[in-house]
Amino acid sequence: MVWVNVIIQGVLTGGLYALFASGLSLMFGVMKVVNLAHGDLAVVAGYIAIGIIFVTHVPVLLSFVIVVPVMAALGYALQRTLIQSALDRSVLTTLIVTFGLSVVIENGLLQFFSANTRGIGVGLSLVTASWNIGSQIQIAYLLIVIFATAVVALLGLQFFLSRSKYGRLIRAVADDREAAQLSGADYRHVFGIAAALAFGTVALGGVAYGMYSQLAPTTGTDTILLYAFAAVVIGGLGSLWGTLLGGVVLGVAQQIGAQINFSYEALAGYLVFLAVLVVRPEGLTSRKAQS
Amino acid sequence: MSLATESTATRPVPDFRVTRSQRNVVWTGIVALVIVAVLAYFPYIFYAGTTTILVQAFIVLTLASMWNLLAGYAGLISVGQQAFVGLGAYFVLILAINGVSPFAALPVAVIGCGVAALPLWWLVSRLRSGYFAIATWVLAATLLLIIERFSSIGGGTGMALPGFTGANPVLLTADTYWAALAVTVAALVSIYLLLRSRLGLVLTAIRDDEVAARSSGARVGLARLLVFLVAGAGCGAAGAVLAISQLQVQPSAVFSVQWTAEMAFATIIGGLGTIEGPIIGTAVYMVLQQTLASYNAWYLIILGLVAIVVALFARRGLWGLVDERLHLRLFPTGYWLRYNGVTDQRSGVGPLSRMFPPRNR
Repeated sequence: MVWVNVIIQGVLTGGLYALFASGLSLMFGVMKVVNLAHGDLAVVAGYIAIGIIFVTHVPVLLSFVIVVPVMAALGYALQRTLIQSALDRSVLTTLIVTFGLSVVIENGLLQFFSANTRGIGVGLSLVTASWNIGSQIQIAYLLIVIFATAVVALLGLQFFLSRSKYGRLIRAVADDREAAQLSGADYRHVFGIAAALAFGTVALGGVAYGMYSQLAPTTGTDTILLYAFAAVVIGGLGSLWGTLLGGVVLGVAQQIGAQINFSYEALAGYLVFLAVLVVRPEGLTSRKAQS
Repeated sequence: MSLATESTATRPVPDFRVTRSQRNVVWTGIVALVIVAVLAYFPYIFYAGTTTILVQAFIVLTLASMWNLLAGYAGLISVGQQAFVGLGAYFVLILAINGVSPFAALPVAVIGCGVAALPLWWLVSRLRSGYFAIATWVLAATLLLIIERFSSIGGGTGMALPGFTGANPVLLTADTYWAALAVTVAALVSIYLLLRSRLGLVLTAIRDDEVAARSSGARVGLARLLVFLVAGAGCGAAGAVLAISQLQVQPSAVFSVQWTAEMAFATIIGGLGTIEGPIIGTAVYMVLQQTLASYNAWYLIILGLVAIVVALFARRGLWGLVDERLHLRLFPTGYWLRYNGVTDQRSGVGPLSRMFPPRNR
C-alpha cells in the first residue's frame, strides 16, 4: 500500500511538471525556440502572485486570474521584441539571449528578494486536508487541484490549437512558415500568441509550485527548467499530451526514489530521463525521431 | 584520421596568392612570448592579491576559450560545461586524498575529463541545438547529485584539499599562479593549433554552413565529438586549477551554472568564433567583476545584459569591431586571398568566409 501511495503522489506531481513542460514544448514546436529562461519566468510569476496576495489580500486561488494574463502579456511582448529579434539572427542567438535572460532574472531576484525560499500560503484547510484511503494512502487536496488544473489547461490548449482561428494559425505557421505567410498570416503576431500561451501555462505552473512547495530564485533553473525539459524528452518532443505522460513518469520516478531515500528524489528522475534518452531518444509517445 | 576529403583540382592560378594573414604575424608571436614571459615573472614582483586575481582571470579565459571552441566553431551551445569544471576539481580532490600532490594530479584531471566527455557525448549528442543545451545542463545537475552521495569525498558540503599541509604559503601562491598560467597558455596554443589543422578547416566549414560541409564530405559528427572532448579536458583543467587555488572543493560551487554563464558571456562580449574574442571578453569580465565585487550579483546581471545587447547588435563582439576596421588577426587560423598583390577591401579581398558569405545567416 505504501507503494500505491507513492505512485499516486508521483502521478499527481506529474501534472505540475506537465504545466512546466507544455510551454517549453509549445515554444519549440512553433518557433523552434528553446527558452532557457522558461523556469525563471515561472518563478517570476510565483513572486508576482506572492506580491499581489500580500498587497491586495485577494484569495489565493484568485491570484491566478491576475498572474496568468500578466505573464501572457509579458510573453507576447518578449516574443515580439527580444526573442523575435534574436530569432531573426540565428538559433544560436536565441539560446544566448534566453540564457542571458535567465541569468539576469535569477540574479535580479537574488539581489532584490534574497535567496530565501517563499511559499504561497493557500489557506490551511486546503493544504492540510487530504483524502485518506485506509491508513497508508493520503492524497492532499491541493495536489488533486493542481493535477486537475494541469489537465484542464492541457485540454484548453488542445482545444484552442485544434478549434480556434489562432490555433489554426499557430499550427499553420509551425508547419510551414513561408506558406502561412503567403496566405496572409503575420507570423510574428502568431509567434507572439504562441509565446503568450506558453508563458500563461508556465505562470500557472509557477504559482502552483509556490503553493505545493517553496520558491527561491534558483528554483527556476535547478528545478523547473530541468524538470520541464526532462518531461518533454521523456514524453516525446513536440507532443502536448506527451508532456503529461512525461511529467507523470518523471513524478513517479522521483517519488519512488524519495521513498527509497529522501535525497534520491531528483536523481531518480534524472536517471529515468537519461535511460529514456539512451533507449528511446525520440520519447515515449512519438513514432519517429524529431530531435 | 582524415576529416575531409582531399581537394582534387589544384590548377595553377599565378595571380592568386593564399596567405594565412594580411600582415606578418611573426611579431605577434614574439609579443605573445614576451607577454607570457612577463606574466610568468609576476609572482616575483607582485603581492599575492594581484596574482590571485590573475589566477581567476586565467580560469575564466581557459573556460571562455573552450566555450568559444564549442559554440563559435562547432556550433554546440553547451550550458553544462560546469560538469567538467566540477569533475576536474573532484579528480584533483580524489587523487589528493590518496596522497598524490594536487599539482601532479592536474594533468591526470585533464585527461580524466577528456575521457569522461566521451560517454557524456554519447548521451547528449542525440539531441540538437536548444535541447542539446539543456541536456548538458541536466547532465551537470545529475553528476552533482551523484557526487554528493559519496561522503568519503565530502558529500554535499565538500571538503578542504589535502596535500598542502606545511607548504610555504608564498611558494604555494606562486606555484598555483604558474600552474594557472601554464594551463591557459596550453589551452590557447592547443586551440590555435587545432584550428589551423584539417579539423579547424572542417569546423570553419560547419560554422559557415553545416549542410554544405556535410555534402562536401566533412565528417561533422566526428569533428564535433573531438571538439567536445577537447573542451571537456580544457574545462576540467580549469576546474583542477580552481580546486588548487581555492584549497577546497564544494560541490554546489564547482558544479554551478554560473561557470557556464561566465564563460559564455565573456566569449559573446569579446567575439564568438575568434581566438582573440575570449581574451578581450575575459578582460571585460574581470574589470566588471572587480569593480562591482562589493555589489553581490550585480556583475552577473550587467554581464548578462551586455551579452544580450552584444549578441543582438554587435554579433561579432568587441574583437569583431576591431577586426572590421583593421583586418587584424593575432592568431591567424583562416586564409586570405590576394589578387595581384592587391589587398584592400575594394577588390574583394578578405577572409574566405566573408568572400563567400554563408547562406541562412
